[in-house]
Amino acid sequence: MSKPIVATASLAGCFGCHMSILDIDDRILQLIELVEFNKSPINDIKTFTKQCDIGIIEGGCCNTENIHVLKDFRKNCKILISLGECAIMGGLPAMRNGIPVKECLEEAYLDGPTVGQNTERIMPNDPELPIILDKVYPLHEIVKIDYYLPGCAPRADLIWNAVVALVTGDEMKLPYELIKFD
Amino acid sequence: MSETVKFTIDGKEFTAPKGQYIVDAAADNGVYIPVLCHMRDLTPSGSCRICTVKVNGRHMAACTTPVEEDMAIENSSDELLDIRKAIVEMLFVEGNHFCPSCEKSGTCDLQALGYKYQMMVPRFPYAFERRELEASTPKIFLEKNRCIFCKRCVRLIKDDQGRNIFAFKGRGKTLEINMDKKLATHMSEESAMKAMEICPVGAILRKEVGFVEPIGTRKYDNKPIGSDIEINHQ
Repeated sequence: MSKPIVATASLAGCFGCHMSILDIDDRILQLIELVEFNKSPINDIKTFTKQCDIGIIEGGCCNTENIHVLKDFRKNCKILISLGECAIMGGLPAMRNGIPVKECLEEAYLDGPTVGQNTERIMPNDPELPIILDKVYPLHEIVKIDYYLPGCAPRADLIWNAVVALVTGDEMKLPYELIKFD
Repeated sequence: MSETVKFTIDGKEFTAPKGQYIVDAAADNGVYIPVLCHMRDLTPSGSCRICTVKVNGRHMAACTTPVEEDMAIENSSDELLDIRKAIVEMLFVEGNHFCPSCEKSGTCDLQALGYKYQMMVPRFPYAFERRELEASTPKIFLEKNRCIFCKRCVRLIKDDQGRNIFAFKGRGKTLEINMDKKLATHMSEESAMKAMEICPVGAILRKEVGFVEPIGTRKYDNKPIGSDIEINHQ
């Protein structure tokens, strides 16, 4: 039987959750025995080359490109996992959610105390840039998500237990110490 | 001696002084019923409903209902646990609870209940309301994003003349916690620390003492909320 295929991505996140994946330490050797990796920043494969079994996504959706990537994952993965607080509830990027986008952009590019010389008062407007959304959305408000692993970042053991449980079909171990929101 | 009454929780028989609230009577007998708004010896508010139990088949708030002779109390059915989990989830989506950036993380009662009930994601959509942070007084922050309207500070924190420092403003969707800035400016050190400690979330914070306890040794890092009540009596 061929190995289950895993894909990962970081949307509006800080890559801390991916660091936490690497935090499984030497179990990474067992991991490559257990699964095969497809599209992921870990192996630098940029596009899906085949259908995957497990998609692990860090970060919420803050712009149109995030939504595009997320929908692509939903299409190409049988199971999608929201990894970490940003994926589950928007996280720190979502602290802007109560504030209108116009106010945020003006603060960032025109009026903020750290804005340097922007005499022409230009906001980033290159057509190549994805458009920022009205707020940061949790992943499950955009596509169907199958499992959630909370934490900032989620503990490495939590990620390990989840992947092993999915691959082996055994029930997941969820000791108290592993469910944390920070 | 005051009169004692016999009652059962989940079929187990206990005794308590007549008139004691169910939540306190349970705690004295080593049974944990979760609370957010309730504090022993404080007039009950009954506002958060996290202590919901079934008394003789009806849903009641354990913090406002006194124990009576032959009461049959249900505390840990799947139905009740789901109701409590739903309340925790509702509180999480109603405010802006960014645990990773909160000074109270690890010692927060709301968060600890999220851990206890294994809240992986709230079943309700996030509201993301815009609320303000009041930081203009010297001793404390009032972070309105995190208030869960338990009213503990309103009921308990007074100045030396008995005047309220905290109060509610508005109703329903516009309800918010406020403080009297003049009185808050002159708060004693003791009173400021107490205000932070009794707040079940991170809405009231003493300035300059945040993040003292390292991750891994904080109150709820390794022990679930309520375990002190359960351990002391078994």
